[in-house]
This record gives sequence, structure tokens and C-alpha cells, in this order.
Amino acid sequence: MTLTSNEYAVTISDLVKKFGSFTAVDDVSLTVGRGEIFGFLGANGAGKSTTIRILCGILAPTSGSGTVAGMDIVRETEKIKTRIGYMSQRFSLYEDLTVTENIKFFGEVYGVYGERLAQRTAWILEMANLRERRDSLTGELAMGWKQRLALGCAMVHEPDILFLDEPTAGVDPASRRRFWELIYTVAEQGVTVFVTTHYMDEAEHCDRMALMHRGRIIALGTPAELKERYIAGTLLEVWAEPMMAALECLNSLPVVREVAMFGSALHVVVGSLEDVDSLRAALETMDIRIERIEPARPSLEDVFVALIEHAERGA
Amino acid sequence: MNLHRILRLMKKELIQVRRDRRILAFLFIAPVVQLFLFGYAVSTDVNHVAMAVLDEDRTAASRALIQRFTASGYFDQVAYLSGQAEIDTLLDAGRAQMVLRVPRGFSHDLSRGRGTEIQTLLDGTDSRKARVIEGYTNGVVRLYGSEILRARMQVLRARLPRLPAVDARVRVWYNPELKSVNFMVPGVLCMVLFLITMLMTSLAIVREKEIGTLEQLVVTPLSAGELMLGKTLPFLLIGLIEFVLTLLTAIFIFRVDVAGSIPLLFVLSALFLLTTLGLGIFISTVSKTQHEATLTGFLFFMPFILLSGFIFPVENMPVGIQWATYLIPLRYFLEIVRGIFMRGVGLEVLWPQVLVLAVFGVGILALAAARFSKRLG
Repeated sequence: MTLTSNEYAVTISDLVKKFGSFTAVDDVSLTVGRGEIFGFLGANGAGKSTTIRILCGILAPTSGSGTVAGMDIVRETEKIKTRIGYMSQRFSLYEDLTVTENIKFFGEVYGVYGERLAQRTAWILEMANLRERRDSLTGELAMGWKQRLALGCAMVHEPDILFLDEPTAGVDPASRRRFWELIYTVAEQGVTVFVTTHYMDEAEHCDRMALMHRGRIIALGTPAELKERYIAGTLLEVWAEPMMAALECLNSLPVVREVAMFGSALHVVVGSLEDVDSLRAALETMDIRIERIEPARPSLEDVFVALIEHAERGA
Repeated sequence: MNLHRILRLMKKELIQVRRDRRILAFLFIAPVVQLFLFGYAVSTDVNHVAMAVLDEDRTAASRALIQRFTASGYFDQVAYLSGQAEIDTLLDAGRAQMVLRVPRGFSHDLSRGRGTEIQTLLDGTDSRKARVIEGYTNGVVRLYGSEILRARMQVLRARLPRLPAVDARVRVWYNPELKSVNFMVPGVLCMVLFLITMLMTSLAIVREKEIGTLEQLVVTPLSAGELMLGKTLPFLLIGLIEFVLTLLTAIFIFRVDVAGSIPLLFVLSALFLLTTLGLGIFISTVSKTQHEATLTGFLFFMPFILLSGFIFPVENMPVGIQWATYLIPLRYFLEIVRGIFMRGVGLEVLWPQVLVLAVFGVGILALAAARFSKRLG
């Protein structure tokens, strides 16, 4: 890693983290450009949080190397800490302190004082829409407010890179949407956002993303690239009754590459649109009532279902 | 080390303590309650022994002996029995702790100049108390016997040379009235200081672990050392305030005199706090939840209280256990506090204890700090 220092906000190469005999992060390499919103996706326990915690200097890697804001993640953790903001899924705030006391505390710990602290406090209260509640105890706020305040506290020192670990867990959909609007605003100002999530709709908001499965990165790219690259063939949406029987039936057909439940329908990947007739025929011989079969645009969820099934089969 | 950051953390900690009503109650009420309980309710003094009397002799001499018992101030006559059959029921029911039986012929033997006996039956359920009553009884009886002897001697004096006699005149120093409150209050002071600072430090750290803010702090520029100082110094401060409050309560409400130097007491208490804060940090590194921290705290609390000499004198313990008490830092602090409180001594006498306490404090704090930093990294 020689020419990375200024081009990239984050670089990781061959990163490994083991806890005893368990490998949480297995040979991960990636780069994140400055000002990018980079999504880190995967199920619980896939190794997302562990990777973020290594980058933030909370954990030391077992092997491998990396840089954050151009600084080494093993030797320069203390310097890195002044340049990054971190927000965990627990919105770690002091519930028995007021909104402004929380901001002041984190501000001063980061060395933000006086006039600058006043400015930053005003900015956070504005951004999180908390001006009227500035003297409320944090514990009395609803989840959505707490989440925005936590984001504010993580940004009180104007970091270059923001690490968000499942920032929307347990928050209502309206607040989630507002939160993503905030992330866009922040990214427009040039802050790099490194965010983990397991909500697929959130992944669509990212500039680029990596999918993690069992400690490994199994896909990396923009949402459009991933859809194109990993859904080979045509995606069909099938509404049929009874659904479980339809799923079993379609799974046994040679023309079908993938079948997965998707809400009240089945998503079926086939070679081309001409395969629809053979699907109909097969379902009808099994006495399954077909409501509709339509071609569909693949979502990221389709991509990930396909990728994870593929990875599982390979493993 | 950045002083600003440490002060910031301390300030936050104190705001949190101030907002927590339960902790405030614990801080201000617990010491007074404990002083009261250990000073008075758990008094180890034995007074007002419930005594039943079975006087089978019914003579002037037997009545005089019984009167000696009641006049001593230690015994209250609660029953006058008419036969031996009543003794069992009375002791069984716990209505009397002691039965004094004067057998028939008591007066007769005395007047014939023969040795005679009385019988006392004790409720030995509380062996310590029974032993104290036994001591009182012997005292009363011996005094009575020597008076009779002296009366007889008067008659013989003309014919005999002087009789040598040794009489032990006991004078109690340091606690002239032998009140247990004087002995217990310094102990309570130590215990309050120990329990509050150890428990509060560990809970304050573990609580941040539980709510996730500790991880948040680790991501900030706060170093492990700053974090530790910021989390322990507030409790050092609270511990010392607590110490002053308890001391004032002891002096002005419980009327306990402090014979020695109060500033010295204060400084050496700060020294003891190194140990308790160190234990607090250690407990925080082995506990994930506040519940675990409290239980682990009691794991330390029990041996500290039982083996320090707080309630049971170390000299009364089996030799093996006595050796174990040398490992209990509270033991040394207790000796220091009692020494200053009751005997009015200073460093010229207490320096060995101070030295050992300092070694324990620095050692425990250093080990805990090392473990804390390692866990955090």
C-alpha cells in the first residue's frame, strides 16, 4: 500500500481477526474513497462490526494491515481516533445527562472548547432538530432523537470519516429515512461514511458496498454493478397457491437456477423469458394454482440471496 | 495525560452521582444507619442479664448473696422459683439466661466455717455472652466470699500476723467504660469507606460497559490512564467526603472521642482508598453487568469484614486463620484507625501498618490498572 495515503479514506489488506479458534474476519481487503458512502452488509455475526472495530482502534487485528485517514491501524490508533467518529448500534449516550451535557462532554473529550464548541453544539441541535429539547434528559428522548443525537456527538469534532455500526437498528421507518437524509448531507460535505446494516433497502443508498458472509467479502461494487454481475439470467416473480408446494416444484426444475421467497411471491431466476412456459406446465401438473408470472427487476435482496446461496453451496 | 480530559470525565461522573437519588441515599443514609446498628444495636456489651433465683436455703446469708447479684447492675432478677422442676421450662422458653441456685445448707456451712457451693445454670446458646455472664458471676461470688473471710479475720486478727493477699486492681485504658460503641465506630468508619468506594467505582465502570458508552469512550482520544483516573478520582473525593461526614456523625451524635490526630486519620484514609479503588477497578474488569459487579464486591466484602478484626478479634481466631488476616488490607487500616481513635497514637507507633497498607494499595492499584488497560486494548 504505497500510493493510498491521500486517495483513500480507508484501505484494508489481508485483514484477519481470530477469537480463539473462531475466525471473525477472514482475509478481507478493500478500499473506500474519500467522500464515499460505503455500505457494509451481511447477517449478524458475519464480521461487519469486528471489521469496523478494528478500523476504529477498539480491537487489534490478528494479521493484515490497513490505513484510516492515511494512518496505520496498528501503530497509529491514537492519531486515528482524533480524525474519526464512531457510532454503535446502541447509540451510546449518557441517559442521565441532558442533550447539551452529552454534546459538551464528548466535545471536550475530543478537545473542542469555547467558541468552537458553541458552534458545534448549535450545529448538532439544528441537525438533529433538538433545539427545543436541549435541556431534556437524554433518557427521556424517543429512539429517533437519540439516534440523531448520537450521530451529532460522533461528529462533534468534525471527523473526516464516520463509522456507523448498524445506526438504524430498532428505529421506526420514518426516523430511518430522516437519518439517511442526514447521512447524505454529511457525505456531501466531504465526510466519508462507512456504514454497516442488514437492511437491504438501506444498501441501495450507498455509493459502493461490500457483502460479508462468514468473515469473508463475497461481493463488492456499486448497487447497479452488483445487480448486473450477480444475477445472470432473468428474474421472474411468481404468485402461486400453495406457495410452499410451488417452491418445491420449481426448485426441482432443471431450467430454474434460483428460487427464493420474496414477500407473498417467489423470485425465480431462469435462463430467459422463454422458460416461463415450462414453469407454467410444471406447476399445473402439480395442481398448483398460478395467479401471475411476471418479469421483475432484481433488487439487492435478490442479489444477496443468490450470492449467499452460492457461497453456502461452495462451502 | 491530558488534565482537561480527566477533569471533564470527573465532572460528568459527579453530575451523574448527583442525579442518582438511590446513590445519594446510599451515600448519606447508609453511614448513619451503620453507625447506629453497629454502635448500639449490635452492642457486644452484656447488661441486664435475666436471672432467675432458686433459693433453697432461705436464710439471711443466701438473701445477702442474691442481693449482691442484683446490686451489681449486671443482673435483673426476673423470677423467683419454688423448685428445681421450674428451671428447665424457664431456660427452654428463654425467659431467663441464668439461674442462680443456692442449695440448702449454704448458711449452715458458712457459719461452721466450711467451704460451700452455689450453682449457676447458664443458657449457652450465645457462647460469648455465656462466658461474660460466667465472669460476672465469679466476680460477685468471689467478692462475697472475701468479705466473709475478712469478717472472720477480724476476729482472729489479735492472734495472727498479717496475711498476705494479692488483689488485682484492673484499670482499663483507652476505653475506660468498656463501651462497645467506642470500639465499633472506628470499624464502621473503615467499613463505610471500604464498601462505598469499592462498590461505586466498580459499578460506575461496569455501568458504562453495560450501556455501551465505555466502547464509545475507547474510540475517543481518552487514554486508558486518563479514563481510569477520571473514573476513580470522583470516588476518592466522595470517599473522603463520606469519611468526614461519618466522622462528624460519630463525634457529635454518637459522642465518640478521637484521642489522636484527625488530619493524620484523614491522610491515612486516602492511603487506604488506593486499595479500595484498585479493588473497584479490578472488579470492573471481571464483571460484565452491575449485578455481577455487586456479587463480586461481596465476595471481597465478607472476608474483609470477618477477617479484619472488625467484629471478631484477630487474636481469638485459630492460628491458620490469623495468618490469613495478614492478607487483608482492611486489617491494617482498622488497626490504624483504632490506634488513632482510641489510643491517640501517631506514625511513631503505626508506621509498620502504614507501610504495609501502602504496599497493598500501590500493588493492588497497579495490578488492577494493568488489567484494565489490557482489557480495554
